Amino acid sequence: MATLQSLDIKRRSATTETPPNVRSSIEVAKLIDVSKCIGCKACQAACYEWNDLHEEVGINVGLYENPHDLTDKTWTLMRFTEFDNKGNLEWLIRKDGCMHCEDPGCLKACPAPGAIVQYQNGIVDFISENCIGCGYCVKGCPFNIPRISKADNKAYKCTLCSDRISVGQAPACAKACPTQAIYFGTKEEMKVHAEGRIADLKERGYQNAGLYDPPGVGGTHVMYVLHHNDQPQLYSGLPKEPKISPLVQFWKGGFKDVALFGFGLTALLGFFHYVTKGPNEVERKDEEAARRLSGDR
Amino acid sequence: MTNGWNDIKNADVITIMGGNAAEAHPCGFKWVTEAKAHNKAKLIVVDPRFTRSAAVSDLYCPIRQGSDIAWLGGLINYILEKDKTQKEYVALYTNAAFIVKAGYSFKDGLFTGYDEQRRDYNRAEWDYVLDEQGMAKVDPTLTDPRCVYQLMKQHYARYTVDMVSRITGSPKDKMVQAWEMIASTGTPDRSHTSMYALGWTQHAKGSQNIRAMAMVQLLLGNIGIPGGGMNALRGHSNIQGLTDLGLMSNLIPGYLTLANDREPDYATYMRTRQFKPIRPNQTSFWQNYSKFFVSFQKSMFGAAATKYNDWAYDYLPKLDVTYDVLRAFELMHQGKINGYFCQGFNPLLSFPNKKKLTEALTKLKWLVVMDPLKTETAAFWENHGEHNDVDPTKIQTEVFMLPTSCFAEEDGSLTNSSRWIQWHWKAAEPPGEAKTDIDIMASLYRRMKAMYAKDGGAFPNPILSLTWPYIDPEKPLAEELAKEINGKVLEDVPDAADPTRIVLRAGQQMPAFALLRDDGKTAAGCWIYTGVFTDAGNMMARRDTTDPANRGVFPNWAFSWPANRRVLYNRASADKDGKPWSHRKRLVEWNGRSWGGFDVPDFGVAVNPTAGTMPFIMNPEGVARLFTRGMMRDGPFPEHYEPFESPVVNPLAPKIVGNPVARVFKGDMEVFGKASDFPLAATTYRLVEHFHFWSKHVPVNAVLQPELFVEISEELAKEKNISRGDWVRVRSNRGAIKAKAVVTKRIKPLMCDGKPVHIVGIPLHWGFTGATKKGFGANTLTPYVGDANIETPEYKAFLVDIERISPPVA
Amino acid sequence: MTLSRRGFFRLTGTGLAGSSLAALGFGAGEAVAASVRPFKLARATETRNTCPYCSVSCGVILYTQGDRAKNAKSEIIHVEGDPDHPVNRGTLCPKGASLLDFIKSPTRVKYPMHRTAGSREWKRVSWEFALDRISKLMKEDRDKNFVAKNSDGVTVNRWPTVGFLAASATSNETAFMTYKVVRSSGMVVFDNQARV
Repeated sequence: MATLQSLDIKRRSATTETPPNVRSSIEVAKLIDVSKCIGCKACQAACYEWNDLHEEVGINVGLYENPHDLTDKTWTLMRFTEFDNKGNLEWLIRKDGCMHCEDPGCLKACPAPGAIVQYQNGIVDFISENCIGCGYCVKGCPFNIPRISKADNKAYKCTLCSDRISVGQAPACAKACPTQAIYFGTKEEMKVHAEGRIADLKERGYQNAGLYDPPGVGGTHVMYVLHHNDQPQLYSGLPKEPKISPLVQFWKGGFKDVALFGFGLTALLGFFHYVTKGPNEVERKDEEAARRLSGDR
Repeated sequence: MTNGWNDIKNADVITIMGGNAAEAHPCGFKWVTEAKAHNKAKLIVVDPRFTRSAAVSDLYCPIRQGSDIAWLGGLINYILEKDKTQKEYVALYTNAAFIVKAGYSFKDGLFTGYDEQRRDYNRAEWDYVLDEQGMAKVDPTLTDPRCVYQLMKQHYARYTVDMVSRITGSPKDKMVQAWEMIASTGTPDRSHTSMYALGWTQHAKGSQNIRAMAMVQLLLGNIGIPGGGMNALRGHSNIQGLTDLGLMSNLIPGYLTLANDREPDYATYMRTRQFKPIRPNQTSFWQNYSKFFVSFQKSMFGAAATKYNDWAYDYLPKLDVTYDVLRAFELMHQGKINGYFCQGFNPLLSFPNKKKLTEALTKLKWLVVMDPLKTETAAFWENHGEHNDVDPTKIQTEVFMLPTSCFAEEDGSLTNSSRWIQWHWKAAEPPGEAKTDIDIMASLYRRMKAMYAKDGGAFPNPILSLTWPYIDPEKPLAEELAKEINGKVLEDVPDAADPTRIVLRAGQQMPAFALLRDDGKTAAGCWIYTGVFTDAGNMMARRDTTDPANRGVFPNWAFSWPANRRVLYNRASADKDGKPWSHRKRLVEWNGRSWGGFDVPDFGVAVNPTAGTMPFIMNPEGVARLFTRGMMRDGPFPEHYEPFESPVVNPLAPKIVGNPVARVFKGDMEVFGKASDFPLAATTYRLVEHFHFWSKHVPVNAVLQPELFVEISEELAKEKNISRGDWVRVRSNRGAIKAKAVVTKRIKPLMCDGKPVHIVGIPLHWGFTGATKKGFGANTLTPYVGDANIETPEYKAFLVDIERISPPVA
Repeated sequence: MTLSRRGFFRLTGTGLAGSSLAALGFGAGEAVAASVRPFKLARATETRNTCPYCSVSCGVILYTQGDRAKNAKSEIIHVEGDPDHPVNRGTLCPKGASLLDFIKSPTRVKYPMHRTAGSREWKRVSWEFALDRISKLMKEDRDKNFVAKNSDGVTVNRWPTVGFLAASATSNETAFMTYKVVRSSGMVVFDNQARV
């Protein structure tokens, strides 16, 4: 028998050794069914409480999102889009947070050994002690998720409640969700469940309903059921075809050479600047498309 | 709720109108999503705003706030015109066939008997024709022009699609589509549930909003069956319990009523509470009234209540008028109330017209606030700048703020809207010196009693003889009180047939309310709760999750009043012969010898269907009322009236302003605003991130929704030059608030009577204490008028204007 | 994302050193194992309760630190939905999910407080003082304003000048206690929060 709660490590950032892997593990997944989400933010509240995160009380800027973006203390955030679908309004509410990619861009970009790990069950976890706060994970992430804390200069994001999973409990957000818009189990079971949901949505007239499990990052351990899977950008800019930035791929590929032969600092500086400040074309394009499609001003 | 939260999963069509369950009751709303996912149910949401409930609906139909009766009247007309009723159910289980007195009529928006001076009706003619035996006359063919069915048909014929759309602003196509979906459940194998809350009650005709949908449900045969019912979602965790236990101006526990000045003695009091059946072989369960009343008096006053003093009839106060909260604050405003207690209640933000409330509280000599949190009411005398602009030195009220425990720090039971009475256990001590409310009330009582025993004073008898059977008189236990509510046997009761056999033994906990007596041998604090704590133990603490046939009944989880019954009127789930209307909707049935099934039958267990006893056992006619006789102050059929502050004139009766019998105090009528000055239709509501004025004290909830905002359409924003996130001022004729603007596609102007009506949405959660940004109470704006029958304030429909302002100086 | 100067130097130094070490075959396995947050409820005591907010009345589990041994204060450390509860099945809304912060709210009242006429401030008082004073005020007003008979001579036994607003979230047991005390005094200005 295989297990899903084991935290055996499959991959580790900036490390070449192969972790032990004789024990077998089942991949887990969190399925977020946007068509059942009422945007109540129970997941957000449960996340704060479980993870002992004390976010600042902000202000209202004319939107339902609060806080206004993910932060080092807000690891999941409800994002709201008002979409005028040919005269029929749709309020598309997406729980944003780490997607736990099978091929994690953050992990690949991370230069700090063991600061980012991937467990056999698919969870991508940040090991704060090892984090150097460089922010590469932010740029390496095709979904723009990790945030660097100003207080301790370390990167933070959703852990998929690895501490809960390890004792056989579902993530705090999934447990709290009042409408089962968040469902947790093995990735296989979640896919089967999604099929049923998609069939139901098609019956209700959503011809393009589908499962968001993007192959560009090897699939994800957080998947969405979308009514409009042909236009994921509608959902507050969920990227249509997320991929790890080619720069990260380069950095990853050239990593050993850089480290062992000691490139000049000037060259490195230029490279870092590009990685950290350079445009992320995929994202910007997606965001614009989303704004256009939803008719937002 | 007639049904319950879990039962919603059995519905085929669900209408959320007059509520927003996804927002206000998310974990109950789960059962809507379950019905959709597993029962292929369709969800209809009718609301002025595209709400969180609407976000997951199959059909959203916008409606102007305050026009629900027009919409539902149109639906009744649609059902009758298209002949969509469940015919056998309507003919047998409702009063459709009953003949109404010749004097009853309806003309120009008014029913027979209106007296403009008194703003009231003489309701004598709103009744059935009775024969010589006192039995109501009926026409089973429903063709008599004076039968309820025909009068109803005539009444609602005016509510055509065109007329309804003109009043409500609902687009005709969406409206008719919704009506068609709802009417599709008029078959025996389908059910429709109505989920509503304060969106219906908080109107000057709130009770009639609910009545209108109840009529729809009866016409479609949806009462008493799985997945059906009229489901009041209710607001607070134990508001059901507090009401069940009679903590309302006119009540005695278990929906008995206090006597009034015209009932000087017990015999007179009982004369109007005989409830003799008015159709042959009907149950008319309220015939047992005296048993419940006497048992209550024995519970209160013990040995001091005897048959020689009419069971201490004079120990309870009599009412000259009803002292509802609007009257209470009106009297306070007039300086006629000297002292006031607020137990876990924050009236300064809860009642309408904050300015008037502050003035009223200022006139008190003393105020006692018992609460776990620092409420605005306790701090009404503190200056908080523009959010509470008062001068403390000018306020002479003495104020006490007494810290109480919260739910986590005490044992006890709460009754949810499914009528489940559930026990909970204490997990920790309260902070600091906080005490439980029970201890505080006990301490106050003990001090009063000691003073009256020592010094005497005004009528000390009820205080001195109040039962106090607690081991520690200063600290009664929750279990002790629960047992008292349940009731016990005071003297042995022998079997009527065999006096040597004792049926009830003195000292025993009462096993069921059916055994309560009016001879003083039994006591029960609240008869409908009898069964909660029997000799078998604390039934409220039961945690058995068994649910036979997955019906959502959970018969052994906690205790559901009455008699552990989960679906009220469930006898109506079977036809006249006692067979279920359909296999899909089976609940209880007659097996040839007795009634039984998944639920406790709401019916005499041994009453053979051949007796013709009808399912609505609480009514003397045995059937449900489409026509309510004189029970409602504002009409036997619901009729559309505009809110007191409305942007349009009622096309059905242009001369009538507001509900013609709603009570309006002097001074309040004068501050109603006019559409010419305040052209926008405003409404107030809750947000999912907050609960009234409590959760703003909770840091996490303050993060999720930190600051007061109002919601307006893109069209109105453009007209008023307001952008997303701007500061705006919203004014009514009673005050003004400042807020951030949320500009949204979820609110659209509605075309009513040929002109666009703009809507302003105002959430109600902010104040000047707690963890959120300080904000204005929405009640700064709202009008001081209530429902004609039960005085629920009209928070959901009033008039305002809005303008962009520069940001306040920080 | 902007990279501060300080962050940059840390990054280059540690980054290079770390990656070089890793490339040479030194792993960070130990640090990793120690870093998964321990499950914080492993030995907490569970108490069944009901959410105090809306009328769905979701079952909740209150987790208190320790095992209720005499020398450890029972402190509530977490609140989560009760998975056995038929209505909420473990789920909670954003209010229920943050009940811990309600119990621990910084604005909870901890001591009886008193404000005298015209004063600008609260003063902490003892329970004895508060309860004595309130009950005296009650008796004083009741004896003065109690209406035993109305103008028609009918016995009405009401006390119309002091009012009581009962709650909406107290237990049924508190409610019954309140009913007994309030109604036996003859108070008629008595209501709850059913309407708002």
